[in-house]
This record gives sequence, C-alpha cells and structure tokens, in this order.
Amino acid sequence: MGIRAALGMPGLILTATYIGFGSLARESGFTLWQGVLSTATGWAAPGQIIMAELYAVGASLFAITLAVAFTNARLLPMTVVLMPHLRDRTVPLWAYYFAAHYIAVTGWAQAMRVCPTLPSEERLPYFLGCAISLWIATLIATTFGFVIAGHVPVIISTGLVFLNPVYFMLVLMVDLRERIRAIAIVLGAILGPALHYLSPDWGLLATGLIGGTAAFLIGRKSGPV
Amino acid sequence: MSFFSDPATPFAALLVAALATYFWRGLGVMLSHRLSADQPLFHWVSAVAFAMLAGLIARLIIFPGGALAETELPDRLAAAVLTLAIFYWSRKNLALGVFAGAGAFILLSWGRSL
Repeated sequence: MGIRAALGMPGLILTATYIGFGSLARESGFTLWQGVLSTATGWAAPGQIIMAELYAVGASLFAITLAVAFTNARLLPMTVVLMPHLRDRTVPLWAYYFAAHYIAVTGWAQAMRVCPTLPSEERLPYFLGCAISLWIATLIATTFGFVIAGHVPVIISTGLVFLNPVYFMLVLMVDLRERIRAIAIVLGAILGPALHYLSPDWGLLATGLIGGTAAFLIGRKSGPV
Repeated sequence: MSFFSDPATPFAALLVAALATYFWRGLGVMLSHRLSADQPLFHWVSAVAFAMLAGLIARLIIFPGGALAETELPDRLAAAVLTLAIFYWSRKNLALGVFAGAGAFILLSWGRSL
C-alpha cells in the first residue's frame, strides 16, 4: 500500500529532481558512485545540492558541515511530529532509528496524512514501504541523471542541472503563510548572490545566519507567527 | 588537511553531509517523547534554512558555476519568471511549473545556438 503511494505525482517530481541532482553531481566533479552514495546516505535533496555546490567551489569541511546541518535541521521537528504516528508497542526501538533515515519531505507528508488512519501495527510498514520505494527510485534517478548528462547535447544536460534551482524555488513558494519564512526567503534571495560574490565558500552560511536571524526577529516583533 | 580552510575531498564531503543529516533524524527519535515541535528555536533554525536555500537558488540563477555559467543570464531569469507564472497560474501545480521552466530554459538556450 505504501509502495503504491510512492508511485504517484510527488514521487514523479522527486524522481525528476534526482535526475537533476545526478547531472549536478557530475557537473560538480563527483564520480557516479559518489553521486549515488550521496543519495543513499545523505538522502534529502536540499542538503545534497548544498553539499555538491560548496564542494564545487572548494569550500572547507567545516563550511559544508554547518551548511548541511542548518539545511537539514528541519528533519528534527519533522521526526518529532511523525514518531507518535508510527509508534506500536511490538516494534523494537532500533527499528525507529532505522526508519528515521528515510524521513524526508515526500514520504513524510504521505505518512503524516495516511498513518493516523491505519491500525497501529500497519503504520511503520506503510511508512517504510513508501519511503524506501522513493529512496530506491531516487538512487536510480541519480544514476540516470549522471549517465545521461554525459550522453545528451550540452543544452539538455544544462537544462537538467537547471531543474535543481527551479524545483526548489517552487518548493519554497508552496507555503508562504508563515511570515518569518516569507521574509527569510526574500532576504535570502537578495543576500545570497551578493554574499557569494564577496566569499564563495562562506557566503551561503552568512546568508542563512544574517537573513534568517533578521527574518526571525522582524517576524516575531510584528506579532505571532 | 585543515577542517576549517582546505577544500574538502569528495568522500569527506559525503561523510560530513551524511552525518549532519542523520544527526537530526536520530536526535528526533530520541527526543520525540518529550519535545514539542513548536518552539522558538525551531522557528529560528527554519528561518536560517529558508534564507540559505533562497540564497542558494538566487545565486544558482544569477551567478551559477559549471555548465550553467555558459548560458545567458536573461534566459535563466526569463525561465525562472515563467516557472513562477505557470506555477501560480496553475494553482500551485509544482510539476507543471518545473517542467515548463526547465523546458523554456532549454528552448531559449537552443534558440541562441541557432
């Protein structure tokens, strides 16, 4: 049941994104295996794209660690709210630590919607069926994107790399109801290119810390989020 | 190799990215019994993440590296604006927006190469 859910529209878009990531991985100087390993172990596209981009400009491990940690910190509250919907007394604790690796936005949103309607013993299997199917699809998509980027005309492979910014632009735009987020996006879009110009390896982190903190302070001052 | 200044090697970059990602998931499982997801700290962290992603996206469109750097800025901007227009016009259909944007970008680049 979870596997079938993974094959829908969100899964299709996620697959297209990972074709873009595969092309980006080649473009950034990774080998095919390194690109696939990134999807297998660092599974969450925004962090992977940040990692690949910072690696390509020669950033330090410290900068990459901090940038990825901030980008993916959203996984903590996501995990905290999902866990109660997966809990079942017969499941050992380690199974949740295993399942946690597969928490990323597409499967998470599906499980948040469906799991509360299932009997408790079917919830974890449903989530894993859905999320692991998506994970396997993205591994194949990464491989496909990497391989075809070397075999199609440059115009097409560049178009595949261009999937990354346009996709994430729309993901950011989907939900702008929270004022802090909307302000953070505007400030980030202005600071990002400017600070990158000043410092390619630190500009991104500075953008997040300055733009995000300013948005947080402005948004809180002007009333409840 | 200096952790703070030298360019990262590929496997080290993959390793720290994987650790920095799983860290939050594992911590989430550990804390899920006693933490509410609605805390000021989470709002700040998510604001930093949103600003950083928006900054990265704007930078990729305005000052891209690699193969995208060989394309023209007006083409990238026009494709990005079209992506947003189609997205809002189609009542936030993500797939339509993404494929229209990438398709328009490929056509614009191709048009210049003629």
